[in-house]
Amino acid sequence: MYSEKVMDHFSNPRNVGEIENADGVGQVGNPKCGDIMKMYLKIEDDVIVDIKFKTFGCGSAIATSSMATELIKGKTIEEALKLTNKAVAEALGGLPPVKMHCSVLAEQAVKAALLDYSKKNGIEIEQLKDFDPDEDVHEH
Amino acid sequence: MVKNVYMDNAATTPVKKEVLDEMLPYFTEKYGNPSSIYRLGREGKAAIDDSRNKVANAIGANPKEIYFTSGGSEADNWAIKGVAFANKKKGNHIITSKVEHHGILHTCEYLERNGFDVTYLDVDENGIVDLKELEEAITDKTILISIMFANNEIGTIQPVKEIGEIAKKNGVFFHTDGVQAVGKIEIDVDDLNIDMLSMSAHKIYGPKGIGALYIRKGVKIHPHIHGGAQEKNRRAGTENVPSIVGFAKAIEMACENIDEHNKKLIKLRDKLIKDIANNISHVKLNGHPEKRLSNNVNFSFEFIEGEALLLSLDMVGVAGSSGSACTSGSLDPSHVLLSIGLPHEIAHGSLRLSLGDFNTEEEVDYVVENLITIVDRLRKMSPLYENVKEDK
Ligand SMILES: Cc1ncc(COP(=O)(O)O)c(C=O)c1O
Ligand SMILES: [Zn+2]
Repeated sequence: MYSEKVMDHFSNPRNVGEIENADGVGQVGNPKCGDIMKMYLKIEDDVIVDIKFKTFGCGSAIATSSMATELIKGKTIEEALKLTNKAVAEALGGLPPVKMHCSVLAEQAVKAALLDYSKKNGIEIEQLKDFDPDEDVHEH
Repeated sequence: MVKNVYMDNAATTPVKKEVLDEMLPYFTEKYGNPSSIYRLGREGKAAIDDSRNKVANAIGANPKEIYFTSGGSEADNWAIKGVAFANKKKGNHIITSKVEHHGILHTCEYLERNGFDVTYLDVDENGIVDLKELEEAITDKTILISIMFANNEIGTIQPVKEIGEIAKKNGVFFHTDGVQAVGKIEIDVDDLNIDMLSMSAHKIYGPKGIGALYIRKGVKIHPHIHGGAQEKNRRAGTENVPSIVGFAKAIEMACENIDEHNKKLIKLRDKLIKDIANNISHVKLNGHPEKRLSNNVNFSFEFIEGEALLLSLDMVGVAGSSGSACTSGSLDPSHVLLSIGLPHEIAHGSLRLSLGDFNTEEEVDYVVENLITIVDRLRKMSPLYENVKEDK
């Protein structure tokens, strides 16, 4: 049911862990629905120089977290904000329909971490004005 | 190093060689239609009669009370709908439990949409129904009680005999889904006051797509499939002779030395339970500690999710199952785990390992060894585990 890419990122996830004194930390999802993602960002001159994640969730939740971190590591904030859940899913060679919510969660986690960064630094990020990290994205 | 360890015997079992050998001639040589009068047909008919005797024998029934079906789900459907529609004049109330197989629950929900009232009894933290609540739920409109013999997810065994007595005392028919119990628990339908019993072959080393419903003489029930005169006009369709023969052989083998089977299974089961509990922290055994199927192990592993656990086990060749939402394709984790009071996040992290006749102690060691590594790896990835470590 999962692509080889998904299984690869599930069994060898990239960028697992925490960043001490991270510049931005975001957490989305809840234990009730079975998926929680937490992202840590290190940002220098508007560039995401390091990113780490922790995930409680199914195989695709772990794989999408891993892929999302890989896609935005080294990118500018501007570029990271353009990351869509579809791009994450495509990079993984597709996800089963019932698992698309996991990719949405990955996109949300990145945004939540960037929102945290903007708040800590008193920066206004236009694209995150209407973003609510607590919004329920779960629709299996 | 990767082995193949099959520990999902509650989902299905391999067909035993002895069973297959009995079946094979009925595909190619003794293929006659059992309703035909010539020798080839009579051979098929005789095989069915013989099989019916064996199935009846296994549960202390009269062969006339055994009706072959396509399996457990069909038997469940027939028992519930058949009794409901045949007894509509007497009443429209059915009592069942919250932990039944979907074969029962979805049938009851269908009946609710068609004018019947259904009471779904709660269970305690071990998964057992309360007999007093059952008795109190009975009204003069109650026509049927359907409570499963043993649960497929957590292995809990219900007080079937007592339920049977309550049903009998109140003049209500009693059906029990015995799909997981047959072959693991001694069943005598008279002793246990069972009016209807669902059975399935593929959980006891028989073929898939075959089973039976025991219907006690005198139970008022509608026919299930209309058509030819097979199964005494109650379940039409040319009989699946090879599968019926296989089912009979399987149930005969499973029931002729239950105690011996169980001794071996319980030894493996208790070792698996002990080794997991002793080697992995923050785990919880689901289901009743003693009143449980000889082959069922069900644990919740806190801070991790069941599907991730299953995928990881699969990568080292171990087959198990989980009650997590992500394996059921719905938003909620298993209704059974929620009914015994597990919070969602704990229910998501459940793993069922169900043993069978072909499992060994070495396999148990292999599974536990790998579980330790896998749980550790997934917990290190889990944001829920951070706070726990800090507590220490
Ligand atoms: C308790 C219970 N009832 C019914 C069934 C359905 O049986 P079958 O697969 O033969 O339709 C199963 C098996 O999945 C079961 O475990
Ligand atoms: Zn999910």
